[in-house]
Amino acid sequence: MSKEAKKFLITGNEAIAEAAIQAGCRFYAGYPITPQNEVPTYMSRRMPEVGGVFIQAESELAAINMVFGASAAGTRAMTSSSSPGISLKQEGISYLAGCQLPAVIVNIMRGGPGLGNIAPAQSDYFQATKGGGHGDYRCIVLAPSTVQEAVDLTALAFDLADKYRNPVIVLGDGMLGQMMEPVEKFKMPALPAGRQNLKCKTDKKLWELSGAKNRKPRIIRSLFLGEGVLENWNKALQNKYRKIESEEKRYEGFHLDDSKIILVAYGTMARVAKEAMREARSHGIKVGLIRPISLWPFPAEPFLKLSGKIKRFLVVEMSAGQMIEDVRLAVEGRAKVDFYGRTGGSIPSKEEILRQITLINK
Amino acid sequence: MKKNKQKFFSRPESMYDRLTHYCPGCGHGIIHRLICEAVDELKIREKVIAIAPVGCAVLAYDYWDFDCIEAAHGRALAVATGIKRVRPENIVFTYQGDGDLAAIGTAETIHTANRGENLTVIFVNNAVYGMTGGQMAPTTLLGQKTATTPRGRDNKNEGFPLKISEMLAILDGVKYVERVSVSSPQEIIKAKKAVKQAFQNQVDGLGFSLVEVLSSCPTYWGMKPKQAMDWIKEVMAKRFPLGRLK
Repeated sequence: MSKEAKKFLITGNEAIAEAAIQAGCRFYAGYPITPQNEVPTYMSRRMPEVGGVFIQAESELAAINMVFGASAAGTRAMTSSSSPGISLKQEGISYLAGCQLPAVIVNIMRGGPGLGNIAPAQSDYFQATKGGGHGDYRCIVLAPSTVQEAVDLTALAFDLADKYRNPVIVLGDGMLGQMMEPVEKFKMPALPAGRQNLKCKTDKKLWELSGAKNRKPRIIRSLFLGEGVLENWNKALQNKYRKIESEEKRYEGFHLDDSKIILVAYGTMARVAKEAMREARSHGIKVGLIRPISLWPFPAEPFLKLSGKIKRFLVVEMSAGQMIEDVRLAVEGRAKVDFYGRTGGSIPSKEEILRQITLINK
Repeated sequence: MKKNKQKFFSRPESMYDRLTHYCPGCGHGIIHRLICEAVDELKIREKVIAIAPVGCAVLAYDYWDFDCIEAAHGRALAVATGIKRVRPENIVFTYQGDGDLAAIGTAETIHTANRGENLTVIFVNNAVYGMTGGQMAPTTLLGQKTATTPRGRDNKNEGFPLKISEMLAILDGVKYVERVSVSSPQEIIKAKKAVKQAFQNQVDGLGFSLVEVLSSCPTYWGMKPKQAMDWIKEVMAKRFPLGRLK
């Protein structure tokens, strides 16, 4: 056995960038904004090494539209930003969804609204999971809670984007992006540099634009003026979304069999919630945790299943309460749902969550 | 009838045989055609990827026999950058109106030009927003009445007609800028030359090339087609002088 270490330390932002490269991403366009700057910085160094393209765009709008073009040309493409920048990208994300183009968008969330601050937050949940831009569309949203999971979900994001021809959002926060954690050595072999790597080899894209040689011209569009044409296009999109809902729900459950109180949290918040759960259980309070991994599609089933059996769900978020709305929809009025959250870059502590648990347990 | 007649004029191969949706006297049909002629003559049809704008010409792909994609309003050159960087062997061009290129997309226009992207831009300046009902464009002339300048454009309120081609010509990244018009057969021949040059530059890898075409919008200028063509020549071309800018 090799003496080489199996794990190494890396920040969340850099890990996401390298994971994207390993997943075959060969186009990245971005714009500086804290706390995600390590992603473009890393990409600027790494992309040329693997024959890919890095562009520091003049704006978030330009960045997402460059990704739109690169994706249409058949390459795995990604952009990243943080909350205010993601707001600017919404137009492009809507066009990606409307044209059914795959792309990965990383949002390392910070406090809002407005310029807010640069501290970790989870206040873009609505924007990410409910559409975000104009029109009836959905993005698949994946929420890692560790740096290792950020690596795994970034790779998954590219596969899902291609599989469904749909934008996928990796939703992290400033804590996840900035902190260093050990991750397993990337398993994929180092890719040789060169032009041939620009194209994604994982999937034959019969819609990509490459020039109409020996085939009919291809048109990528989201404008449909004929009567009923757009409605049919939208029905096809909705059918796709139903398929995603039936196949791509992901969550992690802890102590769901015997708990009276179930905490619900995702991303960074889930790590704190898990600690609170452990401590509560050490005091004999039966507490469990549901950690949604896919925020859209939202993993509703475990909530409904547990609704008759438990005393209370306690949703904990680094926001004023956003995911709680999906939890309430999931329980269909059959369970009480409480909330505890903080905003503006403050993270609810283990002690604060324990206090809430104690109040409920009385 | 005489046999072996020599053919002097026909529909370009890369243009579909189809009626357009454009108004009578509109310049878009002519400009579409000039692009197709250039594409045919340079034998690049199989390599072309066109970016259609938001505006009257969004349906350009109904007339062009090559790959096309729609861009969001103003974002055509960002989309073009993404495509061209991924597929440098393809010939990528944007077709943009004055509102698209010189108002909502000004940042994309300037920065794509400044990066010296090896792209071709066909910039159609007809001094109004046609598709939305004839509102003021960045290139609307002073005194010109539009849906949103009912008393005529007044620089005190609306600023001046934006000479974006002149602005672009001073950028180091830009290879070629020329302003032409479609107001007469002679001008159309010159326009054709410029359009072909802008594509040839990309084939040769020379960098960012832009042709501004002064074009007509009789519907929202409130003129007959002939009047509109004369107005380009007598009024518009005075404010937007024709010729090579770089």
